[in-house]
Amino acid sequence: MSEDTTTRGGDPRRWLSRAVTLPYVWLLLFFLAPFLIILKISFAEPIVAQPPFTPLLEWGERGFEGLRTTFENYAFLFQDGYYGIIYLASLKMAAIGTLLCLLLGYPMAYFIARQPSRRRQVLLLAVILPFWISFLLRVYAWIGLLNNRGVINNVLMSLGVIDEPLTMLYNDFAVYIGIVYSYLPFMILPLYANLERLDVDLLDAAADLGAKRWQAFLDVTLPLSMPGIVGGCLLVFIPAVGEFTIPALLGGADTLMIGRVLWDEFFVSRDWPVASAVSIVLVLLLVAPIMWFQHVQSREQEAGR
Amino acid sequence: MRRRPLGLLTIVAFGYAFLYVPILSVVIYSFNDSRLVTLWGGFSLRWYAHLLADDELLEAAFLSLRIAAVSATVATSLGALVALALHRLTRLRGRLLLSGMITAPLVMPEIITGLSLLFLFISMAEWIGWPATRGATTITIAHITFSMAYVVVVVRSRLAGMDESLEEAAMDLGGRPLTVFFDITVPMLLPALVSGWLLAFTLSLDDLVISSFVSGPGATTLPMLIFAKVRLGVTPDINAIATIIIALVIAGVVTAALLSGRRERATVR
Repeated sequence: MSEDTTTRGGDPRRWLSRAVTLPYVWLLLFFLAPFLIILKISFAEPIVAQPPFTPLLEWGERGFEGLRTTFENYAFLFQDGYYGIIYLASLKMAAIGTLLCLLLGYPMAYFIARQPSRRRQVLLLAVILPFWISFLLRVYAWIGLLNNRGVINNVLMSLGVIDEPLTMLYNDFAVYIGIVYSYLPFMILPLYANLERLDVDLLDAAADLGAKRWQAFLDVTLPLSMPGIVGGCLLVFIPAVGEFTIPALLGGADTLMIGRVLWDEFFVSRDWPVASAVSIVLVLLLVAPIMWFQHVQSREQEAGR
Repeated sequence: MRRRPLGLLTIVAFGYAFLYVPILSVVIYSFNDSRLVTLWGGFSLRWYAHLLADDELLEAAFLSLRIAAVSATVATSLGALVALALHRLTRLRGRLLLSGMITAPLVMPEIITGLSLLFLFISMAEWIGWPATRGATTITIAHITFSMAYVVVVVRSRLAGMDESLEEAAMDLGGRPLTVFFDITVPMLLPALVSGWLLAFTLSLDDLVISSFVSGPGATTLPMLIFAKVRLGVTPDINAIATIIIALVIAGVVTAALLSGRRERATVR
């Protein structure tokens, strides 16, 4: 039997390269192919049928007869100012949400990174813990807090701070809260990983040379933590642009975010070709930030070694 | 002499309050006797009793758990293979495509993943007659596909810090590749496999958007049901579901943290 061993797979790498075919094919079939199909449908014409779009390839009696494409769906997107406004609004809301996340996340990451090891772990765990609790339920929790007759309004009114309830739910404000709340751990973790590596001697040196604390922060800490800032911001920004659940539950009727419009385009208007074109443009919008993220990641990995 | 940074402390305290007040308020209101979510009507467990009597909800919960368990298991197996291949087979054919396809789901908006998979299932049903109906199977496939990407991230970071000499020694001693894989590689990767599985399980249990696209009549997962209920208005029984999930998660995370803390201390000794 020992001969069998050497011939059948003395090389585990060969075994692995065979075994990896399975996930490889899986990804080709369930990740790449669907994306190509969306691309294909975005060039098809909508028709009233099941499925509601024309086939891209024309198959006649003699087989393949031609390629039927239309750029109308894309032309529609660009001519109709509606979609342009929604894309810009989504980018704007994601950007503001990301900035707010950074403003809250940076001090927290900075603080955690400066604690003794034991306490650091507990504080970090407390940041990660909410992430494991259902995203949907965490967004839902804010409805009860922000409601006109919700917890915050009740507390403020009983304290006499306000006489009438503040309108905090079903508007952009609530969406920002939702984004910051849902994505705060994604901001804090890369920032923490970066700030933890920061050489404290550099700050001492700055102090010895007469720099004030805020000066040392602006001139030393902030520039050195730039990779963490960029990484955290992109981790928040990229999913926030296409976010559906938060605007759907916390946003108002006038909160236009592309994820929600796409959902309606698909489930309500049932215009699949336009929904596909909307998706493709969204992916194209995200390519630049994604490439930037990849770049930052690979540099960070090298720095970590 | 360093000043105590009071401003910083205030922000940090606010941050943690921001993270935990919503969770706390859901837990408190789940024990509220009043039907009005905002009024305190005394302590009561009625919403928990309500849950147990809600067949639709129990069914959705069991469906979600089943999908999560199956998809996490498959995603962990496939993801571990991809992570190993990317880590060790530097000259694998199509390596770039593989690493692209396994990273892309991490950044792809869920809504597009859902839409594109639905189009795939519809096209497949047309061409080969499968899947005839959409439901638990199609949701499971979708969940495997996106959670695999997260498993790969977790396993790869473990592989980066792993010593390969044990496996080489086992090979030198004549171990068959499969035996070495299951006797040496898998146990060494076990912590990463467990956290990868838990992550995949959580992501699946939590997914609303992708499930909504690829599901069909008769297959309603827990998040889909909760979403439908929330859209109709806040109902106290959702507070009860949330509290149960929060309790399970906190118990799980704290146990895991204690266990890994003990292991770390053991290795230090």
